[in-house]
Amino acid sequence: MTASSAPAGEFSLESTTAPGRAARDIVFKVLLYASIGLALGTLAALLFDTYQQGAGRLDWSLYEKYPSERISRAGIRSAIFGSLWVVTFTAALALPLGVGTAIYLEEFASRDRWYNRLIELNIQNLAAVPSIVYGILGLAYIARGPLGWGRTLGTASMTLALVVLPTVIIASREAIRAVPPSIRQGALALGATQWQSVWRNVLPGAVPGIATGSILAMSRALGESAPLILLGGLAFVSFNPDPGFGALDDQYTVLPIQIFQYAVNAKTEFHELAAASIMVLLALLLTMNGAAILIRNKFQRKW
Amino acid sequence: MTESTANPTADSSTLPPPLVTRPVVSATSSGLPDEVGETVIRARDVAVRYGAFTAVRDVSLDFHRSEITALIGPSGCGKSTVLRCFNRMNDLIPGAKVDGEITFHGIDLYGPDADAGEVRRRVGMVFQKPNPFPKSIYENVAFGPRVNGVRKKSELDDVVEQSLRGAALWDEVKDRLKASGLGLSGGQQQRLCIARAIAIEPEVLLMDEPCSALDPIATARIEDLMQEIKARYTIIIVTHNMQQAARVSDRTAFFTTEVNPESDRRTGVLVEYDRTEKMFSSPSDERTENYVTGRFG
Repeated sequence: MTASSAPAGEFSLESTTAPGRAARDIVFKVLLYASIGLALGTLAALLFDTYQQGAGRLDWSLYEKYPSERISRAGIRSAIFGSLWVVTFTAALALPLGVGTAIYLEEFASRDRWYNRLIELNIQNLAAVPSIVYGILGLAYIARGPLGWGRTLGTASMTLALVVLPTVIIASREAIRAVPPSIRQGALALGATQWQSVWRNVLPGAVPGIATGSILAMSRALGESAPLILLGGLAFVSFNPDPGFGALDDQYTVLPIQIFQYAVNAKTEFHELAAASIMVLLALLLTMNGAAILIRNKFQRKW
Repeated sequence: MTESTANPTADSSTLPPPLVTRPVVSATSSGLPDEVGETVIRARDVAVRYGAFTAVRDVSLDFHRSEITALIGPSGCGKSTVLRCFNRMNDLIPGAKVDGEITFHGIDLYGPDADAGEVRRRVGMVFQKPNPFPKSIYENVAFGPRVNGVRKKSELDDVVEQSLRGAALWDEVKDRLKASGLGLSGGQQQRLCIARAIAIEPEVLLMDEPCSALDPIATARIEDLMQEIKARYTIIIVTHNMQQAARVSDRTAFFTTEVNPESDRRTGVLVEYDRTEKMFSSPSDERTENYVTGRFG
């Protein structure tokens, strides 16, 4: 028997569920939209506030001028170049290592060896370690200690490479795992060695996923500041790093740290400069993330 | 005169003894060669275990040059497992162990003198679900020759064309060799996989239910293709489709499952192996007769 209000014998398509169910549905939707609104609204408010503060200083002088005590001559040129060089060398270190590790773990490591299982377990842990810990590690062993590189751009890149390595490994593993076994079996059945199968078949199929994960890892590296403060980034740098491998020896600064320095400056004019620099950093990050999304959408495979 | 040795089925309280039938030379068979061709692959007392579980046992078969042999039987009787033994694809399954002896032209496939890659070059495989690589049609077919060392573009072009012709696909794709292999229809994809397999000129072609994912028209084309290429290859095909086995094959091997009394799991076992027309008209074993006449399975 239903709670229908239609007279007996007449056919009706009116809802026969209890009215409470419809109300709960509406409440749920309202709460859902409210939380999305809150999250986006907060973000929008932050962005708008930053834009208001910094719009006045958002011009090419940011790019052309170095940091300076005089507000009229201050820009973020060294920070922009420093960030780009740091990220470049971080990528050069982290990507081959990360993708190689992922290939090893997915294709060549046999699961019943204890050391392989240990590696797998620890990669997840390492991805969650706060980056300041890597900073301390870098300070102890890379800047000082056995390697003794000092607090240079090379040290920063190496440390950041360690920070993002677990992310690259995890993303690459997912991408390699997404390649169906039938593709591998097809290659092996034609007499290919396992390496040929990986290099010619599996990796090309996994490239979109690896590229997306790598770009996201690099955008994280771009925003890191805590470990770099320990490693010499908190300096007043008014020159660009030498182009090429010479940069590795140079002192440096990066955008997040430069923003911090301007933001805590006593003079309020520098706060506007900081706000403008934030927008530059956000623009860089958005560009990188946008590129990652584009690559993922364009090359997404339907197996 | 035909002759074959066959063991009668035992009573139901014990497992029937393994059955080995010698392939027959029949003077009265119609249209089939009088002599048995050279034995290309010979299996003797082969069993495959996954850990402690025996998937299939007591397999003894001979495969002859230029013949098509069908492996038939109900699900789970180990036909695909046996097929994968012949190109060492079971090596890829952790925990899989192949017992018994399998020889290819007299050389032990699993012995120290046999390299798995070389075995797979000589014994090619076509899978149940077409698995073209996510590359162009040209690169799909060229993959085998490339990984085996062929570099010159002119040679690769020749191999690709010959293989696609051999798989009856050339006319349909010759204008779009650079198009993705995944853009073809199911039947075309499977013919592409066949072209890919024959591009490295194997001696034996293993086909694991190659038509089960295809519609009847595509199936018919592939069966025609098998007849066309059979003179150059030895083909072993696993099929669920008895009519296909009857249409296409020269010899048929029938497998079934038996419950293992200790573990209560089913183990596959070879029941009978003979010329196809005999298997389907007057099989020696009652289980074979039940299966081919549709009383079970």
